[in-house]
Amino acid sequence: MYNKKVLDIFKNPDKAGKILKADGVGKVGNAACGDIMKIYLKIDPKTEVITDAKFQTFGCAAAIASTNTACHMIIGKTVDEALKVKNTDVIDALGELPPQKIHCSVLAEESIAAAVEDYRKKQEKKKK
Amino acid sequence: MYIKRRDMRERTVYLDNAATTYVSNEVLQEMLPYFTNNYANPASIHQKGLDASEAVKKAREQVALAINARPNEIIFTSGGTEADNLAVIGIANALKKKGKHIMISAIEHHAVLNAAEELKKQGFSVTELSVDSNGMVNLVDLLHNIRPDTTLISVMLANNEVGTIQNLQAITRLAKERNIYVHTDAVQAIGAVNIDVKQLDVDALSISAHKIYGPKGVGALYLKAGTPIKPIVFGGGQERGLRSGTLNVPGIVGLGKAIEVAVRDMSYNNQKLKGLRDLLIKEVTERIEGVKLNGHRFQRLPGNVNFSFEGVEGESLMLMLSERGIYVSTGSACNSTRLEPSHVLVAMGVDKGLAQGSIRFSLGKNLSKDDIFYVVDVLVDSVKWLRSISPISVKKKKGEDDV
Repeated sequence: MYNKKVLDIFKNPDKAGKILKADGVGKVGNAACGDIMKIYLKIDPKTEVITDAKFQTFGCAAAIASTNTACHMIIGKTVDEALKVKNTDVIDALGELPPQKIHCSVLAEESIAAAVEDYRKKQEKKKK
Repeated sequence: MYIKRRDMRERTVYLDNAATTYVSNEVLQEMLPYFTNNYANPASIHQKGLDASEAVKKAREQVALAINARPNEIIFTSGGTEADNLAVIGIANALKKKGKHIMISAIEHHAVLNAAEELKKQGFSVTELSVDSNGMVNLVDLLHNIRPDTTLISVMLANNEVGTIQNLQAITRLAKERNIYVHTDAVQAIGAVNIDVKQLDVDALSISAHKIYGPKGVGALYLKAGTPIKPIVFGGGQERGLRSGTLNVPGIVGLGKAIEVAVRDMSYNNQKLKGLRDLLIKEVTERIEGVKLNGHRFQRLPGNVNFSFEGVEGESLMLMLSERGIYVSTGSACNSTRLEPSHVLVAMGVDKGLAQGSIRFSLGKNLSKDDIFYVVDVLVDSVKWLRSISPISVKKKKGEDDV
């Protein structure tokens, strides 16, 4: 069902983990659907560049590989640039995903958006 | 004193026997001549055809004997799925002037579920009977739903996912009092449960060869003499017009041998399997936290174990086990084309999130205790790893240092 790239990432997801005192945390999905993705962001306050991203995922190999890949894709980008990362970019990076797993890449895209939104909310609170 | 050291080498452990089994050598040897020497069409009336026909006759007797039926009550099919389709669609259609309501359990195999769906399109109404948390059909629900136009009830003897064995006789008793026919999918039950169609009092029963160390592509439907049925496959009129098509002689010979062996070795196999099954259940519940056994603890198939692992998604766990040579199956949605987890677990009231984390271990012949210990070791490591990268936290018991 999966190509070698997806399987390799699944077996060794180097971005799995938490970031303590993260600047933005986004959680999407639910257990009933079999997919939950949580992304942690470390963001440089001056440039708004994402310096690190980690994830925790409850889900299949495609879900784990998608979130790991999403983390890699947004490190070095600003938060605005990160919002431009689409699920198709994740699929391209993985080579391909079986049709019934495409939703995993979509969820990864949504988890980035959720983490950025959380960051923005935290920034708003700081200003007050 | 000699203390036996556990053999913990990496190995292959096939625990997906409910999906399919290997063909045992005994069965294979029985089949081979029918591919090469005795290959004639059993419908041919020359001597070579008659020789093939004799082999089919013998196999028919073997199948009948295994379930206490008569040979002329056995129809050979391409497998359990076809037998289920023939029974559900064939009997319902034969009785449609009498009534167009049938009942099936909510935990049937897709062969029965989808055959019933097809009947719905043809104007039948179908009631899905609820089950309790162990997967046992709710008899009150059954009685409550019987109507004057109910003609057929189909409930599987043993469930393929969670192994629960139904109290089928209770169901047939209730049905008979009301002149309702009963079909049962016994595909998983053969060789594990003693099947006597007279005692069970069923009108139709499905059998498949490839779950009992026989070949894929062949099965049978037991149809009690006098049961109305319409064929679903049309052609040359074989099997008394009930299932046309040249008989799969080698397959049928294999089925006959496989079922004979299954019944012959049932006591021994069951005892061995139960021991290994209970060992697996014990080790998993002792060494891993947040696990739930799905299905009836005791009224279950001797080789079936189905666990949900909290905080872990089934497909990812299945893949990790596969990497270490252990083959199982999962009830997770990610493993199907829809996004819904196992309909069996959902019908039993299992939380959907937990259903997503379910793994079925179906044990078979040739397994050892060391295999079980190896599986649990790998499970402990895999569950620990997957939980470490999961956003769902599992509460630890005090003093636990495993997972």
